[in-house]
Amino acid sequence: MKSIWQRNILELIRRTSSDLPHDVTAALEKVRRKESASSPARWALDTILENVCLARERGAPLCQDTGTLLFDCRVPVGFDTLALSGAIRCAVRQATRLGYLRQNTIDTLTDKACAGNIGLGTPAIHLEYVRGSRVDIRLIMKGGGSENMSIQYSLPDSRLKAGRDWDGVCRCVLDAVRRAQGNGCAPGVLGIGVGGDRATGAELAKRQLLRRLSDHAADPGLARLEKQILAAANKSGIGPMGCGGRTTLLGVKIGAMSRLPASYFVSVSYMCWAFRRRGVALGTDGCIRRWMY
Amino acid sequence: MEFGFWNLEFIRLWTLPVLKLCHYLSDQIMTKHLKYPFTRDQVRSLSVGDRVMLSGRIFTGRDRLHRFLAEGGQSPVDLKAGAIYHCGPVVIRQRGRWTVRAAGPTTSIREESYMPEIIRRHGLAVIIGKGGMGEGTRAACAKHGCVYLHAVGGAAQVLADKVERIGGVHFMKSFGSAEAMWELIVKDFPALVTMDALGRSLHERIAAESDRNLRKLMK
Ligand code: SF4
Repeated sequence: MKSIWQRNILELIRRTSSDLPHDVTAALEKVRRKESASSPARWALDTILENVCLARERGAPLCQDTGTLLFDCRVPVGFDTLALSGAIRCAVRQATRLGYLRQNTIDTLTDKACAGNIGLGTPAIHLEYVRGSRVDIRLIMKGGGSENMSIQYSLPDSRLKAGRDWDGVCRCVLDAVRRAQGNGCAPGVLGIGVGGDRATGAELAKRQLLRRLSDHAADPGLARLEKQILAAANKSGIGPMGCGGRTTLLGVKIGAMSRLPASYFVSVSYMCWAFRRRGVALGTDGCIRRWMY
Repeated sequence: MEFGFWNLEFIRLWTLPVLKLCHYLSDQIMTKHLKYPFTRDQVRSLSVGDRVMLSGRIFTGRDRLHRFLAEGGQSPVDLKAGAIYHCGPVVIRQRGRWTVRAAGPTTSIREESYMPEIIRRHGLAVIIGKGGMGEGTRAACAKHGCVYLHAVGGAAQVLADKVERIGGVHFMKSFGSAEAMWELIVKDFPALVTMDALGRSLHERIAAESDRNLRKLMK
C-alpha cells in the first residue's frame, strides 16, 4: 500500500501546512476591509495576509506551530484501514523530515521529543466506513495557542446565569471569547458542540471545524444561534490579536448531539486564524480524484 | 466553475505585490524606528498603540531561559538595554550557516511569574511576544523603564524575513534548539507597543472594554 498513498498524503500535509484554504483567506480579506486604515487591527490583518501569501509561495509552514494533526477518514466498507493508518504515519514522519511539520510532539511520560511526530495517540486518525468507492481524507492542524483557549461548560452555570437553553449556550460561548481575548491568535473560528458527554461533546465541537466557513447549520435554530454569536463576539472590541478592532471571530459553527437528562455540555473548540484544513478524495487505487476545500 | 477558479488564481497573483506596496508605504509613514541598544530615552518615548520597527540584536527565550534568568542564572550576554523575544524559532544549519525558517512569537503570559525579576535584575528594556502580560510585568515596566511589544501571532514567514542573520546561540545543548537563546540580528522587525514605560497596558484596557461590551450583550 506504501508509495502512492504515502506520496499523496504527504502532499496533503504539505498543502495543509503551507496553504490556507480559500474560504479562510477570503474571510480574512473581507474583514480586513472592515477595519479602519492605520488601525492596529488593519496592521495585524495585513501582516497575516502577507504571511499567507509568502507561505504559499514558498511552500513553507504558515505558522511555526504546525499543531496537532487530526486525520478524518471516510473509507468504503471492506477497505484496509490498518494499511491506511500505516501510510498516514509514514507520511507524517517524512513530512517532519522535510520540514513541512515542526518537531512538535512530546512524550508526556519521559518529557522527550517523539521522533517524527509519532507518539501515543499522535497523529489522531478517525476512521469511518461509508458506502461508496472513494477514500476521503481530511486533515486539520490545530496550534497549541488556540487549543489552550478551548473550553467546556456544564449547564446550568449560575456564575454566567446560563440555563439549559439557547440563551445559556450563547452566554457560555461569549464567556469563552472573553477569556480567550487575543491569546488564541484572533480572529479565530469557533467550533461548538452542544450535548453529548465530555468526550463526545469535545469531539463534536472540533468536528464542526471541518465545515466550510460559508455554510450554515442545517437546523434553523442552530443557524440563527451561529449568526447571533458571531455578531455579538465581533461587537466585543477584542479585535485581531486582541489589540482592538471590529473582527474577533471569522465564523461560528455549531453542532448538536443527544445527551443524558442529567447533563448538558457546551464544548468550545477555538481555532486561530491559521485555520489549516485541507482534504483529498482518493480512489481505492490511491490516485487523487479531487482536492477539497 | 473554471472561470471562477482562474479568476481566483489571477487575484492571487496580484494581491502580494499590492499588499507589499501598501504595507511599505503605510509602514514608512506610521512607524517609529528603534535601534539596538534600546536606551531609556528611546523606550520612554514610546506609548501604547505606537507601531515600531526594531533593528539590531534581539535574543529569543522561552520558558527554560526565563526560569533560569529569574532564579539568578548568569546571562551569557549583557541584557542591559536589550530585548528578549518570546519565540522558539525553526532554525536549520545549511552549508555551515544558520538559517531561520520560521520565527513567530509564542504566548508571553507563561513567563509572567519570571518577567518582573528579569527586568529588575538584568536591566531589560524591551520584551517582544504575543498576547500581552499581566500586572507584575506592567508594574515592573513602569518602574524600570521597559516596554512590551506585540508581534503578529502566527506570522512566522513575514517575521523570519526580518531576521538578517544569526549572531550566535547559547544554551543549545542544555535547553535544546527551540528553547535556546538565539541571537537574532533583525532589520525592521514590525511590532505594536501594547505596554509602555508609563505603566499603561492596551491588554488591560481591551479586557475591561470587552468585558463591559459582552456583559451588555448578555444582560
Ligand atoms: S495560535 Fe495558531 S496562529 Fe497562533 S501561534 Fe498557535 S498555531 Fe500559530
